Amino acid sequence: MTLALTAFAASAEPPSPGPADFDLPAVFHIGEFGVTKPMLLVVLSLFVIVGLFSTMARPAAVVPGRMQFAGELVYGFVRNGIARENIGSAEFMRFVPYLFTIFLFVLVNNFYGLFPFLQFPSMSHIGYPLAIAILSWLVYNGAGIKKKGFLGYLKHETVPGGMKGPILILLVPLEFLSNILLRPITLTLRLFATMFAGHLLLILFSLGGSYLLLHSDNSLALPAGLVSSLLAIAISFLEILIMFLQAYVFTLLSSMYIGEALADEH
Amino acid sequence: MITSRLALAAAEPEDTNPLIPHTPEIVISLIVFGLIFFLLKKLVIPAFEKAYAERTAAIEGGIEEAQAAQKEAKAALDQYNEQLAGARHEAAAIREEAKEQGAQIIAELRAQAQAEAERITSTAHAQVEAERAQVLAQLKGEVGSMATQLAGRIVGESLDDDARQKRTVERFIAELEESAN
Repeated sequence: MTLALTAFAASAEPPSPGPADFDLPAVFHIGEFGVTKPMLLVVLSLFVIVGLFSTMARPAAVVPGRMQFAGELVYGFVRNGIARENIGSAEFMRFVPYLFTIFLFVLVNNFYGLFPFLQFPSMSHIGYPLAIAILSWLVYNGAGIKKKGFLGYLKHETVPGGMKGPILILLVPLEFLSNILLRPITLTLRLFATMFAGHLLLILFSLGGSYLLLHSDNSLALPAGLVSSLLAIAISFLEILIMFLQAYVFTLLSSMYIGEALADEH
Repeated sequence: MITSRLALAAAEPEDTNPLIPHTPEIVISLIVFGLIFFLLKKLVIPAFEKAYAERTAAIEGGIEEAQAAQKEAKAALDQYNEQLAGARHEAAAIREEAKEQGAQIIAELRAQAQAEAERITSTAHAQVEAERAQVLAQLKGEVGSMATQLAGRIVGESLDDDARQKRTVERFIAELEESAN
């Protein structure tokens, strides 16, 4: 976005933000392979998450300090608020590390979108959410198959409880589609699309605002540019909420899928 | 918007369809995710869980201690109450006994006093009786001698005069009274 802004400031053409703005040029090349900004950001999230949380967790004190308390707040939110609620207290501990990683990975990579100088949500490139969605798909199906056996799990996921007779001919393929096939796709698209659209909106209003204020000769440009700039700020605040919510939803749905796969009855 | 973009993308030489994932991004995502997962699992989660466990233990220990203290206090209270009840019971028994003893003592004393009074009365009676008998015996002897004396005097004087006789008797009695005094 910053790149686009500076590039745009030179020319006086009205901006037309679109998917092309997400195709950033490679920052540097390793041989033929171009390393892009979201790749660097994703790698950076490794250091941010592990560095921050190992610092916060290290004291492991009974009476926590400020840092440890903050870390425990996040960890407890995922552990008790998401994992235990949806998977049940008997089996949830096995999945807590996985769900905790999802939450932090998605959250940090989303928040990049509003972080000064970084300003790009890595999850707006579909490859990143797709990878986690595939992992979640493997985890919940794997957990279910391990517990109930392949056929037992398939029956558990596709045959709704209490249903009998010919209606199953209709229901079983539908359930199979929604519970097995579509889940990784919806997980991916939900996260990708909200981040993509949110960032596009921000580009639109900030670039539009600056163009109207600085480069347009139209008499209505000044008020329109002001409104556009104010909207960019307002949408930034909305994005903070959405970025958190998407991380929460991704983690929540993953835990619900796991809980459902392990459940005894529908 | 997306459809127009797709049309545009088709026109452009470079593919900008955002819905097509790039393989390197998936691979990088998986690697970074795996590393974060591994490090969090090794470094962060055990520390948080340890803190949780220790905190739970501390709280449960505190609760247990408080419960033990409460139990102890209750036992002490029960003991005190028991002792108090025992003491009350004992006091009541002692009071009852004292009352009984007091009544007995009073009865005994009364009987004793009555016996004493009876003894004193009977002694006095006997004494009076003895004195009376003594006086009577003395009087009998004296009456005889006095009668003899009086008769002698009466005979010694002239017996004809009634008045004289009378005076003699009166004189005698007066003398008798004087001698008695």
